[in-house]
Amino acid sequence: MENDTTIPRIPGLAQRLVAPLPPPLIGSLAARLMRQAGKSHPELFARLGEHAYKRYEIAPSDLPFVFLMTPDPAAPQLRVLRKGRASWDCRISGSLAALLGMIHGAYDGDALFFSRDITVEGDTAAGLALRNAIDNSEIDLFEEATALLGPLRSRAIPGLTPLVNALERRTGVALRRVEL
Amino acid sequence: MKPLELVCPAGTPAALRSAVQAGAHTVYCGFADETNARNFPGLNFSREDMHQAVAFAHQHGSKVLVAINTFPRAGDEDIWHRAIADAESAGVDAVILADVGLLAWAAARHPGLRLHLSVQAAAANPDVINFYASEFGVRRVVLPRVLSVAEIAAINREIDVETEVFVFGGLCVMAEGRCSMSSYATGKSPNMQGVCSPASHVQYVQDGADMISKLGAFTIDKAGKDEPAPYPTLCKGCFSARGEVSRVFEEPTSLNAAQLIPQLAKVGVTALKIEGRQRSRAYVAAVVRNFRAAVEATAAGRPIPADTLTHLSEGQSSTLGAYKKTWR
Repeated sequence: MENDTTIPRIPGLAQRLVAPLPPPLIGSLAARLMRQAGKSHPELFARLGEHAYKRYEIAPSDLPFVFLMTPDPAAPQLRVLRKGRASWDCRISGSLAALLGMIHGAYDGDALFFSRDITVEGDTAAGLALRNAIDNSEIDLFEEATALLGPLRSRAIPGLTPLVNALERRTGVALRRVEL
Repeated sequence: MKPLELVCPAGTPAALRSAVQAGAHTVYCGFADETNARNFPGLNFSREDMHQAVAFAHQHGSKVLVAINTFPRAGDEDIWHRAIADAESAGVDAVILADVGLLAWAAARHPGLRLHLSVQAAAANPDVINFYASEFGVRRVVLPRVLSVAEIAAINREIDVETEVFVFGGLCVMAEGRCSMSSYATGKSPNMQGVCSPASHVQYVQDGADMISKLGAFTIDKAGKDEPAPYPTLCKGCFSARGEVSRVFEEPTSLNAAQLIPQLAKVGVTALKIEGRQRSRAYVAAVVRNFRAAVEATAAGRPIPADTLTHLSEGQSSTLGAYKKTWR
């Protein structure tokens, strides 16, 4: 049988490159990415129901900042803050590789939770709703990011796809949706 | 020999597609309301989802069963009656029911609809199973997780309906459909509202390096830094009683009966059920793929492949549960 799982780590060099970036710059890019994902997957908001209006802190343990988001369908918000500065309803933390792997369907959220690779604090129902809504949406952040390129997308894809695939192979981190 | 039917969980349409593509013969799921025993935030199917899911499954040669397996609240039976009618109009292959009144309703109003008896009915002997079969035309019974293989063999000798047994996933060793522990702690239960340990009443709190799980006003368990995260259910909690700290009800471990598949086939079981509608499509795909290989191996007379699914087990450990009752 198959499918034993170990969580890879984001390489130290990548962490060192990202760490000094100003949070507002990352926040602006991440907010555009979230709005794009919401446009592509409107069913996500229906699954969240009342939990769409909660404040979620997504805290990658290997980065010096956190993502604070409210996936309100009318006005989705996302900000990037240094750690410890946000107030939240639900906080989900874990390595960036674990969080990306969960979004992309590489890992099971419960298994990550029971193995302590991720932690969930605060409003457990909100965390569960977000996890289930994202899992059902089969989001691919690479597809969403390239959609932001607009008319340049079709020209960029042939160059970017092999690059992302090579990065995935090299690091083991799920940078795209896993085809199950 | 024909492979045993693999009945696989789907909490979302994406999980259903993953199950079908991974080799599920049959998928079970529920509507997004209190009519099913996995009524958790962000899970389950709208009426439109169900129509699309059934069409997808049938195109790929898989069946869909809909669990309407909670017990209707007096005065609000219409919610459950509509669920049965909507499941039938979506073209599902069977509904899985637990309540006697609902079985009577379905048998009378939906005579063409195949009925399965849910594990929530806790039907664990030939007399009660034969009653459900003769009175309501139940065609299959999902056996409770309290029976040994020998007991299942004895039941199968005295009944004419099909039996379905759990082979993987979270364990519920209480008398299913009768457990009131969640109700005691939170006012909500798996049997009436479809929620065992509702997430709205669960809290995980960091206490230094330790993690504490709480349900309502009760602290259930505490796990050290290198231990698996504790369960949020009272039945798997750790309590102090008469001066002794122990797991009073059961260990936080999951069922994995893959190695028993040949024996279950031999004693006349028709279908194998995988628990986990609350789990992700990654879990569904991995577990279904593994168990499909196992049932195919059994049918071909080959040994069951060794499995590596422990990391997907709740509690990160597995057991043969009641199938091997070493405590008796």
